[in-house]
Amino acid sequence: MIPNPQLTNPLRAEDFNSEHFPTWCPGCGDFGIWASLKNALVKLNLPPHRVVLVFGIGCSGNFSSFVKGNVFHSLHGRALPAAIGAKLANHELDVIVIGGDGDGFAEGLNHFIQTVRSNINITYVVHDNHVYSLTVGQASPTSMKGFKGKAHPEGAFEYQLNPISLAITSGGTFVARGFAGDIPHLSDLIVQGVKHRGFSFIDVMQPCPTFNPELSYDWYRQRIYKLETTGYMPDNHFKAWEISQQPFDEKIPLGVFYREERDILEDHFPQLSRAPLVKHDLSKIDITSLLEEFM
Amino acid sequence: MNNPAQNITIKIAGEAGFGIKIAGATLGKVLSRMGYQMFDYTEYPSLIRGGHNTFEVTVGERVHHHTRPVHLLIALNQASVDLHQSELSFDAGVIYDSEKTKPGTGPWKLYPVPLSRITKDVGGSELMKNTVALGAALAVLGAPVEGLLAILREAFAKKKQTIIDQNVKAASSGYQFVRDTFPELFPHQVTRLGERRQMYVTGNEAVGLGAIAAGCRAYFAYPMTPSSSLLEFMAKKGPKVGMVVRQPEDEISVLNTAIGAGFMGIRSMVGTSGGGYSLMVEATGLAGITETPVVIYMGQRPGPATGLPTWSGQADLRFLMHAAQDEFPRLIVAPGDQEECFYLTAEAFNFAEKYQMPVFVLMDKNLAEGGKTVAPFDQSKIKIERGEWVSAEDIKKEGKYLRFKVTESGISPRVLPGTAGGIHETNSDEHDEYGYNIEDIPNRNAQMEKRMRKLERARAEIPPPNLYGPKDASLSLVSWGSTKGTILQALEELSNVSVNFIHFNYLWPFPTQDAVKMLQSAKQLMVVENNFTGQFDGLIRQYVGIVPQHHLRKYDGRPFWPHEIVDKVHEVIK
Ligand SMILES: Cc1ncc(C[n+]2csc(CCOP(=O)(O)OP(=O)(O)O)c2C)c(N)n1
Ligand code: SF4
Repeated sequence: MIPNPQLTNPLRAEDFNSEHFPTWCPGCGDFGIWASLKNALVKLNLPPHRVVLVFGIGCSGNFSSFVKGNVFHSLHGRALPAAIGAKLANHELDVIVIGGDGDGFAEGLNHFIQTVRSNINITYVVHDNHVYSLTVGQASPTSMKGFKGKAHPEGAFEYQLNPISLAITSGGTFVARGFAGDIPHLSDLIVQGVKHRGFSFIDVMQPCPTFNPELSYDWYRQRIYKLETTGYMPDNHFKAWEISQQPFDEKIPLGVFYREERDILEDHFPQLSRAPLVKHDLSKIDITSLLEEFM
Repeated sequence: MNNPAQNITIKIAGEAGFGIKIAGATLGKVLSRMGYQMFDYTEYPSLIRGGHNTFEVTVGERVHHHTRPVHLLIALNQASVDLHQSELSFDAGVIYDSEKTKPGTGPWKLYPVPLSRITKDVGGSELMKNTVALGAALAVLGAPVEGLLAILREAFAKKKQTIIDQNVKAASSGYQFVRDTFPELFPHQVTRLGERRQMYVTGNEAVGLGAIAAGCRAYFAYPMTPSSSLLEFMAKKGPKVGMVVRQPEDEISVLNTAIGAGFMGIRSMVGTSGGGYSLMVEATGLAGITETPVVIYMGQRPGPATGLPTWSGQADLRFLMHAAQDEFPRLIVAPGDQEECFYLTAEAFNFAEKYQMPVFVLMDKNLAEGGKTVAPFDQSKIKIERGEWVSAEDIKKEGKYLRFKVTESGISPRVLPGTAGGIHETNSDEHDEYGYNIEDIPNRNAQMEKRMRKLERARAEIPPPNLYGPKDASLSLVSWGSTKGTILQALEELSNVSVNFIHFNYLWPFPTQDAVKMLQSAKQLMVVENNFTGQFDGLIRQYVGIVPQHHLRKYDGRPFWPHEIVDKVHEVIK
């Protein structure tokens, strides 16, 4: 481990606490994700200065001020592009992206699909509370049909987006679902995700007692089950898709749906093979031969 | 051709998809190696096949800009003769396919050459007609053909020997045909001027070279004319020079990706045009508040919306000045020619990093895609200044690190993410010195004022505008960006009129003290710009308090022609 003056040795979850205690509502699922992330970083032995944390905008994005790390708090929906830039600039650091369902599946949906396709080696954790919370309660793409959001007094009528199925069909190489109410399980998923060589996507079922009280911890507990306890093997694209299609209001499988090793975006750039871009020596650039081409 | 007024203009015209641009660039390279100065200009519609494309190049001992009339027209189809007759000088020559094209009636010297037949005879495809025509043109101009043959061999070096042979044969046959058939001397001759070490580059290539020389490590762009050829250039050179080049899903992603890279500590750049930049607006503010350096290439074309995709304009200055909500420091630099494209792009990276803010390189289609001969770029003139940084040792000594430390200069030293002790939050929300979200009044004011102080620092560092012509003149022409060449060319014809020219590269922050002095000491101002409302003219009124007496504006997508400037100056100074 690299010595770090900002923390004690060995690493503890408290080392990741910032000077600000979270301002989330009591009972918010974000606390469980906060705890899971810190646990995972401890297990991965990644001190704050070795991890890059990129956040979107939302209650989920406010997380940025509650954790220590190389934090980049980006724009609503744009965390993934910012994270791609950060990773390409220094692929020696681990990059974890955290956002909400409105953030990632409405405002930033295109980036989500394209980032899945790129298979860049970063981890994406979505606080999926099936509602826009920071803007106080509108429907999101993952809201259940009929959800009465503030902008949908008659109830949301669009088909409920299924991020797991979408990630699988877009070429995802690590597609998983976690639950904010099961910290050990979610911590382990994040560890697996960070260790996965490629883009790892973890859609976290997050209760928001304030704006989506129906989807409470109990509601989830009545529906969730763990794929790994059923003998399920996450190595088949078609099976993964099929199991991801179980009706959300009936059964909610947790765990890794699909996993595959494939070339990552970084492999595609010989420019990165010797050293990360950030370590290139700019004083050594010589354009003489380039100039000759124009003479 | 001792008198620059005797520069000659050669035009190649034909159907889109038949390699007009490549033929033009090849001819340009031949003449460049003969020691001539040149400036070229292409026109093409937003079509791949079937439209009409033209390339024209003005050649001479001293050339700032292309001029009309056209002295030699290479008409590769009937439309080319029909459309461009009115652009020809009375003593112009017209090369055309004797078996396919009917020449117009006029005083011109006609060069009927069986272009298609010669192409067939050497076993080439219809596309090779250009090569035959280039050979013919060199014969008409009295230039040797060897230069062309050498360039063809270089261009096709990686192709099969038969392709090289066919091209060489096509060029020589065209050349020989003219020599044998038309013994009379064409009045415009380009004999060899002698050795001159020079480059022939487009604005986009010069920008790309400047970025590479400056150590740009990542270039992100989504294709859009006129920035696409820069993306192609960067993509080709990237692996060789150690720069990552990527085309993300849209321009929103483009700029956010570049900002993520800048946050991580590398020099990054994006390229786009107005429509694409519209999608980058929010992220420009992100760079502003997070104080992340990024260089934004913006190639103007007329709009709004899709507008005139393949034409030129200068109507996005105010857009860039004000893009994104609220206020934050930014800098706008507009190169005036291919040489400035190189040096000022490199300088843009320095401004971006020293002041930790977005810096625009404001271009337009004419400059981006126009080729010009320039003195070889001098890399030793490029200094890489990366601004203020702290190391792990500095932090250890200090005991803490504050990313947004309130300083007198407004500049808060950066840290490379990954540095022990250097953790912080780079935050799009208003933040305190560490970077945490915070909304109270004293902090907001302190951070806002800190950021805006950087702009004042930058303003003090901006070099003065360039003055061309006599110091005192009864009329001062004022312009920015790519109109520089047109005006310099016009000045060549205005040598007995009391006129000079103030050219601006740095447009924002505006004005600098030097700019105020120069504008105030001018007797009369005439602002020349490619937009409807007089965007820069307005800046002079707003920030210098002078109302320029005259202006010349154009918004039809076409460049100013030197003779338009000359006429307007004569109209103003009777
Ligand atoms: C471009 C833009 N549009 C809208 C907003 C306002 N906004 C802030 S958070 C948010 C939605 C938050 O919902 P979600 O992403 O699901 O996160 P949550 O608050 O539920 O964690 C919106 C619309 C914004 N900040 N930026
Ligand atoms: S509104 Fe919902 S998501 Fe936001 S903090 Fe409160 S409980 Fe959590």
